[in-house]
Amino acid sequence: MTAESVAAPAPPAAGSELTDAAAAEDGRMWTNRLRNKFFGTFPPEKLLPDRQPAYVASWIYVFGVACLAALIMLILSGLWLTLEGPSWYHTTSTGHLVNSIHFWSVQLFMIALVVHLWGKFWMAAWRGRRAMTWITGAFAFFTSIGTAFTGFLVQSNFESQWIAFEGKDGLNAVGAGAWFNVANAGQMLLLHVCLLPLVVGLLVVWHVLLVRKHGVVPPIPLKHDPADELAPGEKVQS
Amino acid sequence: MSAARKASTDVAALPWAGPERRYDIVKEFVIALVVMAVLSVGLAVAFSSPDEKALTFKGWGTTAPENFYATAVGELAGTTESAAYGPPYQEGDGLAVGPLRPQKWMGVRIPVDAANDFVITPLKSQEQPAEVTSAIAAWEGATPDQRTAWATAYDDAVQATADADGALHPDQAATGDYGPVPVLAKALTGMAASGALDGAMVAQGSFYGTTDNTKQILFMGDGSYLDDAATAQNLQGNTWGMMNGTNSYPGQPWLWWASFWYQIPTFNPAEDATTTTSLQDNADAWIFYIIGVIGLVIIFFPFIPGLRSIPKWIPVHRLIWRDYYRKHGNAHLV
Repeated sequence: MTAESVAAPAPPAAGSELTDAAAAEDGRMWTNRLRNKFFGTFPPEKLLPDRQPAYVASWIYVFGVACLAALIMLILSGLWLTLEGPSWYHTTSTGHLVNSIHFWSVQLFMIALVVHLWGKFWMAAWRGRRAMTWITGAFAFFTSIGTAFTGFLVQSNFESQWIAFEGKDGLNAVGAGAWFNVANAGQMLLLHVCLLPLVVGLLVVWHVLLVRKHGVVPPIPLKHDPADELAPGEKVQS
Repeated sequence: MSAARKASTDVAALPWAGPERRYDIVKEFVIALVVMAVLSVGLAVAFSSPDEKALTFKGWGTTAPENFYATAVGELAGTTESAAYGPPYQEGDGLAVGPLRPQKWMGVRIPVDAANDFVITPLKSQEQPAEVTSAIAAWEGATPDQRTAWATAYDDAVQATADADGALHPDQAATGDYGPVPVLAKALTGMAASGALDGAMVAQGSFYGTTDNTKQILFMGDGSYLDDAATAQNLQGNTWGMMNGTNSYPGQPWLWWASFWYQIPTFNPAEDATTTTSLQDNADAWIFYIIGVIGLVIIFFPFIPGLRSIPKWIPVHRLIWRDYYRKHGNAHLV
């Protein structure tokens, strides 16, 4: 098939009726419906906005993007470790350094995540139909804890031995240990480098898209508006 | 009130109609990435990371041979923790909270036969002296009742040698009819001390070995070697060990809300306690259910009346949005 034959649609044989029918058929195409739905919900100015409401002006907002930045560092250092294999970091100084970067990245990631979570809690950030944003964030938090836990289990050192020995009891007590065996280093390694990061990544993308869709939650209205206490003609703004 | 009408009165759900400011989201992300890169690399260079070598059966067999020997006897007698653990390793009831017994319900998915998996199979994986070969044959030729009688009698005799500090002295065990058990335990201790047991436990008769370390972990945890090392590193669960790493590195401090429950006497009996409560006996199950409930509360927080209003009652938001409130009050918020 030539490029011309694709670019030049057959002319309508019987006026505008067929044109409308073709347009309707186009509209029913899954591809078009998905594209219209996505770009209708997320036009470029929503995906990458250059303006934010005036209230988005606090250090607490930094911790959301700090989570993403730390996650990037985790993924990059994790990919490097994955390329070299699970024994590499024990035997080479470069491997140990990359493992150290991975280790501190997860500490930074979890610090940022916890502060971000508390910040959103005190903002009651689920207001205004943002419950799913909160829920995806909470799931991302717990999945991150699981991912970090499996990371500690695949260190193949004394710490991973002890965590496997101690961690099995609680998981066994609720039946989870029969399927999620912390003493099975192979299972934990695959979960840590494949399945769990994928789940975290998808949850984070979903979470960020919801933030972009609904916008940053506005401030909680004050019980006593300072404007109520002003003299006539006086402005709130200092 | 209909959902549509409620939404129309919820200012937080409406597109923002108030003042805006320039916000370079890409620049913010790039700066955050650079800061995180500098921090993580800087911390890695300055503080490195924990990598305390894994314990080995060789280390256990050479530094604590009496404890290893007694543990091997216990595995044959079925008196160690992992020999009589219950699901998912053997049949049993497992822990329970009321009628909830998921540990039992999940069944034996990871079968572990301590006597065979930890003692007999490793011994048979190597060429052994005639005395040991005969002992293995005697063990395998005996009835289950006979094996139990030999091993439990010797286990009792070994445990009776404990001194004031709890250390065992198997060489001082009283004489008796213990069948092949002393020979088997001695041979396994020798195998451990030589390093051969480490290879045998990993290989399990296969070229590639196994990536499932369940048996090694369970066996090593049955003695005091692993436990003592964890205590020395302050990693025990009742001392917030979940949050600690080896050699004073941070561990998983974000698990404090899970570790907390292991610190309280309701679930964690005193070391000198002579009796325990049902809560303490089933502490792992109780605590994991509590952890699960806390998780669900966090996830579904927006839908829990009362709790979801806490941020309105405790006005931390006045600090977060102080600039907006100062300049605009409640403008565009109600």
